[in-house]
This record gives sequence, structure tokens and C-alpha cells, in this order.
Amino acid sequence: MKLTEEMLSGFPDARGHFGAYGGRFVSETLFDSLMTLEKEYKRLKNDPDFQAEFDKDLAHYVGRPSPLYFAERLSRETGGAQIWLKREDLNHTGAHKVNNTIGQALLASFLGKKRVIAETGAGQHGVATATVCARLGLECHVFMGAEDVQRQSLNVYRMKLLGATVHSVQSGTKTLKDAMNDAMRDWVANVDDTFYIIGTVAGPHPYPLLVRDFQSVIGRETREQCLAQARKLPDALVACVGGGSNAIGMFYPFLTDESVQMYGVEAGGLGIETGKHAAPLSAGRPGVLHGNRTYLMEDENGQIAGTHSVSAGLDYPGVGPEHSWLKDIGRANYVSVTDDEAMEGFRKLTRVEGIMPALETAHAVAYAIKLAATMEKDQVVVINVSGRGDKDIQTVAKLDGIEM
Amino acid sequence: MSRIEGVLKSLKSQGRKALIPYITAGDPHPDQTVELMHTLVKAGADIIELGVPFSDPMADGPVIQQACERSLVHGTSLRQVIGMVKTFRETDDQTPIVLMGYLNPMEAMGYELFANSAKEAGVDGILTVDLPPEEADEVAPLFTERNLDAIFLLAPTTTDDRIRAISEHSSGYVYYVSFKGVTGSGTIDIDEVASKVAHIHELTALPVGVGFGIRDAETAAAVGRVSDGVIVGSVLVDTIARNQADPVQLNKALTDLLHPMREALDNLTV
Ligand SMILES: Cc1ncc(COP(=O)(O)O)c(C=O)c1O
Repeated sequence: MKLTEEMLSGFPDARGHFGAYGGRFVSETLFDSLMTLEKEYKRLKNDPDFQAEFDKDLAHYVGRPSPLYFAERLSRETGGAQIWLKREDLNHTGAHKVNNTIGQALLASFLGKKRVIAETGAGQHGVATATVCARLGLECHVFMGAEDVQRQSLNVYRMKLLGATVHSVQSGTKTLKDAMNDAMRDWVANVDDTFYIIGTVAGPHPYPLLVRDFQSVIGRETREQCLAQARKLPDALVACVGGGSNAIGMFYPFLTDESVQMYGVEAGGLGIETGKHAAPLSAGRPGVLHGNRTYLMEDENGQIAGTHSVSAGLDYPGVGPEHSWLKDIGRANYVSVTDDEAMEGFRKLTRVEGIMPALETAHAVAYAIKLAATMEKDQVVVINVSGRGDKDIQTVAKLDGIEM
Repeated sequence: MSRIEGVLKSLKSQGRKALIPYITAGDPHPDQTVELMHTLVKAGADIIELGVPFSDPMADGPVIQQACERSLVHGTSLRQVIGMVKTFRETDDQTPIVLMGYLNPMEAMGYELFANSAKEAGVDGILTVDLPPEEADEVAPLFTERNLDAIFLLAPTTTDDRIRAISEHSSGYVYYVSFKGVTGSGTIDIDEVASKVAHIHELTALPVGVGFGIRDAETAAAVGRVSDGVIVGSVLVDTIARNQADPVQLNKALTDLLHPMREALDNLTV
């Protein structure tokens, strides 16, 4: 299907649906808040003061635009298409997550909310939220699965230094989905004074819409930079997919450019065939979780399945509803790479370009190398380097058998 | 007239209030659920809300979360829960049963198959926590066509327009959530509930059941005074948790908890 700007403006529709996906599947207590948020966002989206403030923060606080860097040595070693890197790892706090938290925290301020909650997996979204809350003087509570508190302890401490309260979530599988459950529970209880900053393009409408809008700066910049530096549009975009915010941010501004192929890379964990992975688009089916209908990992009875990934930020059984739609209409391709392949990608980028990617990003790197090898020298592959790998050093060291 | 409507009408004509206990199916073990349901009826239940366990019960506090976990350890499925209702119906064709849960297990089973099986087993109403009427176009007609009551929630944050719209989509009763929070968490403010329920009564002719925060005879009576029925959940589920090792004691503990509530409700002069 060829997408046009006009068609895209209908996604999501007025009720937050992307085709069969998305929507607003929440308990009644939250409904009114979501309606208010949607109404206010629609107003502020076209408010020059709000936009100017957002752009100013992205420029001077986040450090945008982030560079588009030609990875010459990696391209040469791979021996195929040119590999370019969109350097979201160079953003303040070290990942793309901050683009969205700046936007949502600004919304919170415009709405007069003094208390902010967030869920986090890898801790990047938690750190980004704690950061903007410190700057704006907002009370900040971050919910994080107990297992992730263990494997991302560095980020836990960063959040605490920034003044946030970190709640270690003991229920369910003790990872990102359970953190999101507890954030929702907190929100129901404190709906009057609390703004929930969701970290990815999931959740009930209007979250998938507003997170996509805030993250689209990635793709808009990439489009301009690529035209200026490579003198053409990219032939392929590659991004990792947890909930899907860095991927949609990269993809969205290119959706109507028919020649641009898109690859969302899910966490293949120990291998799709083992069932121990986090790849709902590759191996799941549609269902309803966390306020929206989307592809999910679930058992035959509709219970949400446990997930596995070496990277905490991809360890989520669902995915943003817009990706489910893009998959069904065939506009984007969704693939997966295993933990081991991702680790190889991590080492490769580190050794060949001196850029240490987050383990989430390493999935995109691993796939892009495979893809580029099959392409021509005059073609361009852009990898969204969603974050830097400092937070993962302990995990990598442990895999290497080193105690730190 | 549905079984739910019949029971609520008859209670109303006697000036009595409905006692509606909630338990999670399969907690502590799937083999015990039907017996516990009969125990609830003997202790004075007018309607039973039978919880369908879900791995991610976002609107529930720790007590019901843990009940879901206890149940899911045994692999309790929606099909099995419907089977429990069928068994219950072999000896009780009077007490209405409302299945209460989250949407995904129903979606996974397939809505049509679910509606058919539920009807056939003798289920009377469906309450889906994460399905607001705005998303129910596809599902709700399947229930209505089979005379299954669709029961929706109202909350302290629900606007008047939505109270009207939600009531139009509902049958049997509407469930007013007494406070902002998850199950088993906050404390109920009786005056606030009284004025909100009175207001809801002005906007709909449906009976109003009130849940969240009812834990003893005193709160049951206070809420019963201002509504058409009280829904009692976390305190029962907590009692199940504490007595799970001893089935005999468990039945007695549930009876000891519900009985005073029944009496307090029946002693109300309204
Ligand atoms: C660096 C990085 N990349 C990617 C992700 C995955 O999230 P999303 O799919 O929303 O971009 C995370 C999440 O924590 C992250 O920290």
C-alpha cells in the first residue's frame, strides 16, 4: 500500500485506532484523564509557545540535532551498502528517550501537574524522566521491575541522585510490563495531581500519538541530514523495537517515501523457536494489554507470556499499536536477532567505530550489518543508535565472566 | 427479564439490598471454587461476581493480584471458569453469576465462542474492567443478543455525559467504584459515595451496586443505605489467602465474614 500524507492524518483515528489496533482499553477511573490529555495535547500541539519551548529544550538541553555519522570503517568491513548512524546516543542522558520526556514534562507543566510517574525497563526512560523532573522541580516516582533493578543498578542510582523515588516492583515477572502495571495502579489512585509519562509508543490513546510526535524529530532530522550528506534518501532504516518509540520516531517521517525500506528489529532472545524471546511482531498475535490492542506474546488462554532478552529495554511482551498496523499493511518489516547476535553487534561497533551502543541498539546494529552486506555500495542504510552502552557494562562484563 | 434483573427487582420490592461477593475463580485451587460459591450463597450472597484470573490485573491491588497468581499456578483458563459455573448451576439455578475480568482472555478465546459458552453454562452478566463502552461496539452486541447483562463501571471521575452514555450500554446494574484507586487500597468516604450514588440515580433507572472499600458489617450497612447493593471483594480474597491450607476452616471463615454483612444489610430500615 502506498501511503500519502492525507491517509496518514487519519492514523490514529478520533478514537485512537490504527486500523484494528490501539484504542483506549482502560478502567473507567482513567478515562476522563485520557480525554483531557488528548484535548489539551491537540490544543498545545498547535500552540506556538509550546512548540517554541519544546524546540528550545531539544536544542539547548538535549543537544539536538544529533549527528548523522558515516561509519566508514564498519561499511568497508561489511562490504555492501554504506552504513550511517543516527547518533541518539549523544543526547543528554544518553538515549532517544529524553526527546519524549521533555515533551511530556512540558505537557505536565502546562497542565499544572506537580507529581510525575513513569515506568522503566532499562532505566533510560526513568533516568530521562528523573532528569527533566529535577530541572522542572517536579516530584518524580519511577516504577521498575525488581529484576531490572538488579541488572540496571547503575541507572537506579542515577535516578536516585536526580531525586527520584524508585519503586522496585515485585509482582508478576518483575520486568517492564509489571512496572507499567504498577505505574497504572499508582495513576488510578493519584489521577488528580499526577501526570503519567509513558516511555514508549504503547499505552492507551493518546500516548502512542504523542510519543510518536515527540520522537519524530529523529526521522525529520535524519531525512534532512541524509539528503545533505549522502545526497539521497536512505534505502533502508533499521531500528530496534521494544515498545517501538525510537523506531517509530525514525520511521514516521519516511512513511510516504515509498523507496525507503524499514526494518524494526525485535529481541530474539535465545531464539524465536525456544519461546524465550521478546518478539511479539515476529511471533505473537493480537490482543489487549496496557490500554491498547496490539501484537502480544501470550499463551493460548490469553495470559501474557514471560519474555526474555539480554537487554532490559526490549524485554516487553507488547509493542506500540502503530507498528502492528505497519506490519499488517506491509509498510515496515519486523525481524529479530538473538542475544548472541546482538552481543556480536555490540562488540563490532565498539571495536570498529569506537562507539559503544546500548544492548537494545546492538540488536539494530547486528541486523543492519547483515542487511548491508546484501546491498550495493551506492545504497544507504541508516541505523538509529538509540542509546549508548555505558549502562550495560556490568551485563557485558558478567557475560565475559568478569566480576566488577 | 434476566436473572440479575429478577433478583434485584425482588429485593427492591422487599426493601432489601443486594450482597454481592467477589472471589477469584481457581483460588486457592480450581477444585474448590464451586464449593466456595455455594458457601457464599448459604452465607447470604444474592449475586456472585466470579473473577477470571489474569496475569496482569492492572486495576487490582496486591490482594487480588496474588489471588490471580495462586489461581494461574494451576493453569486456570477462562474455559475452565465457565465450566465451574456450569457445575454450580447443577444445584443452583437461582443465584446470578457475573464473570468479572480483563479483556484479553476473552479475546484469546474468541468473543463469539466465549459468549455462547458463557450463556450455555448459565452465566448471567459480564463485567470487563478494561473495556469501556467506547471500545465495546463489537463485543457488547454479542452479549446483549444472548441476554447476557453487560455491566460497566462508573468511577468518581466519570462525567455526567458518560454516566448517561455508560448506563445506556449497561443492563442488570451499574457498578460504582467508590474511590480512586485499585481494589483493596483506599478507604471509602460514605458521604461522598452517598451523594454520588444519589446523583447517578437521577441519571439512570438501573440499580447501582457499589464496590471497593467494603470490608465489614458497618461499611456494608453504610453503603447499603445509599445504594442498591454492595460488592465485597478484597476482604474475602484476603480471607481465602489466610485460610488456604485448611478447606474446612476456609468455608467457615468466609461464612463468618459474610453473615454479619447480610444481617446488617437486612436490618437497615430504608
Ligand atoms: C537505548 C534504548 N533503545 C531502545 C529502547 C527500547 O524502547 P523503544 O522501543 O520504545 O525505543 C530502550 C528502552 O529502554 C533504550 O533504553
